[in-house]
Amino acid sequence: MEFLLYFGDVFTPFNFMLLLIGTIGGLILGATPGLSPTMAVALLIPFTFRLEPAQGLILLGAAYTSTVAGGAVSAILLKIPGAPANIATTLDGHTMAKKGEGARALQLSFLSSAVGGVFGVLLLIFLTPLLAQWALAFGPSHLFWLAILGVTIIGSLDSSSVVKGLLSGCIGLWLATIGFDDIMGTQRFIFHSSVSGGINVIPALIGLFAIPQVITMFAKGRRRLDAEVIAVEKHPISKAFSEVFSRFRALTIGTLTGSIIGLIPGVGGQIAGLVAYDQSKKMSPERDKFGTGHPEGVIAAESANNAMVGPSLVPLLTLSIPGSPTAAVLLGGLLIHGIFPGSDLFDNHPQVAWTFINSMLVGQILMCVFGLYIAGLAARVAQVPNAVMAAVVLGLAVFGSYSVQNSMGDVYIMAALGTGMYFLERFGFSAAPLVLGLILGPIAEANFIQGSMIANATSSVGTYFFTGALNLLLIAIVVASVGYSVWMELRSRRYITKDDAVAKEEALS
Amino acid sequence: MTDLPRSQHIVASGLVAAVGLWVTYVSYTAEPAAAFLFPRIIATVFVVLALWTFGKALLGRTRVGNGLSVEALKNILPGLIVSLIYVFWAAKTLGFYTASTIAFFVLLSLYDPAPHGEVRTWGKRIIITAGFLAVMYSLFAMLLNVFTPRELLF
Repeated sequence: MEFLLYFGDVFTPFNFMLLLIGTIGGLILGATPGLSPTMAVALLIPFTFRLEPAQGLILLGAAYTSTVAGGAVSAILLKIPGAPANIATTLDGHTMAKKGEGARALQLSFLSSAVGGVFGVLLLIFLTPLLAQWALAFGPSHLFWLAILGVTIIGSLDSSSVVKGLLSGCIGLWLATIGFDDIMGTQRFIFHSSVSGGINVIPALIGLFAIPQVITMFAKGRRRLDAEVIAVEKHPISKAFSEVFSRFRALTIGTLTGSIIGLIPGVGGQIAGLVAYDQSKKMSPERDKFGTGHPEGVIAAESANNAMVGPSLVPLLTLSIPGSPTAAVLLGGLLIHGIFPGSDLFDNHPQVAWTFINSMLVGQILMCVFGLYIAGLAARVAQVPNAVMAAVVLGLAVFGSYSVQNSMGDVYIMAALGTGMYFLERFGFSAAPLVLGLILGPIAEANFIQGSMIANATSSVGTYFFTGALNLLLIAIVVASVGYSVWMELRSRRYITKDDAVAKEEALS
Repeated sequence: MTDLPRSQHIVASGLVAAVGLWVTYVSYTAEPAAAFLFPRIIATVFVVLALWTFGKALLGRTRVGNGLSVEALKNILPGLIVSLIYVFWAAKTLGFYTASTIAFFVLLSLYDPAPHGEVRTWGKRIIITAGFLAVMYSLFAMLLNVFTPRELLF
């Protein structure tokens, strides 16, 4: 119950103000199609440099939580999911809105998001310290395999092609080796003066997540957004409150599905929403009503995509393996403040860890309260033309990258990586494993070198890295995740892939 | 195989394979070898996967990736050119705020669906651009105290 000791820190005036800003800003950004939660968090990182670590994380965590929930606004009122996580919400939410039940759909969406979100964060609170203690037993070889596991699991599960996902991870790992070698100070792969100091993670994150979206907006040309905002009629909140809990089955399925999926690294929110929707439909006696504006569809999807937020941070905060691309960006936010996830975080920086986690708990409630009131405004913001959005994001990306080290080199790296990533994505490559490779590369290399030194002094490198129960378990998981993905790809029975999700999103819009 | 011309996949995966080969060559030839131990492992996996992908593209067996249509490319090019000029030349030469204002206005004018012939449209674009400049200046110059290159005007 250590987390209770730090609850007061969330409510200091400045911290609470940051939580409010992150929540309200996140709701508006989340409602804006084309601005993904990952991109929103990446663009926010430069604003956290001057803040204390806990304060920076409060802002990032609040934005992460509320962008996922905010995406439901445009899904319901515009039939455009704000993020892939809200695709399933569109199926019944927009139909409800068209029937004049927009307010009811929004209220159900935010209330179920809050229930799912609170459950997910409680899971984070109780699981994280246990796993963090377990992580204390990890030596260099285990940490090396964990870093490799982080890259391979996202490379294989989050990509529509296993080979291209793993290749993206390799590109990220290679990018992480550019610059000066830490041990000998040797120059490696320095092909331009901009990369002589290595590739800074923050400009890279901004470029990899923001620039492809800017170019995607360019690709739409001078197309006008034809979606019409459906007016929101009044609906008593008390009725929505009792309805959410009366539809207990959908709420439970959504919350549990989202929590379990969130714990699996590499499986995103869009899958949580779609799986929960599908399971609720199968288990409901009213399954025929799904797709025709059934409240259970909204409740299941929204409780699931917010329930996965907390658990997706468990592998990050305990083992340094981000469970999602957004968690990878949060890892970048931690590392720039010199904080390394795992037992170090809870032993040496408990105030940072618990204030951050507690703020996510409070943020779920704030997100619910404000979401209900600013849904109409958020839907209007969602109609901002692509031209404005693209130019604003580009400007923020340039200024944000520069502000990291006051270096033009970072801006060039951001632009080059982002432009390259857009074209790679068009050919089936994926940004998430590349980012993971870039972030986990230095961790993998440092532990590989350290492990090799220990091995040379004691046994052989092969024995050190390939024997021992934990090493074998981690290697088995690496092989199993890749093998499972290959098997699924070969049988063409892969569940919802990223491409499917994007295709669905494009079809819906 | 998607409906995309095979040549696009060949070019894309060929470029990745070329990078993979270069990384492998450097990793195995550069000295001191100890500094390139980890890159060698990465490079080996990298080049195998890259050549596999390239081979599949050559054989026309690529299954994922929709590529780029001519229409999308036509839409992207003007914005991409303006963005690259902004990032790689104008930001440093003209100063961040001047270059950002010009780039913002040009991009807005290029992609705004409103008709170009109306005075009201241009007025709206100028007001939005001024708003953008004000917000960026307040955020970065006044709130975060980021000292960006200032060559022209401010």
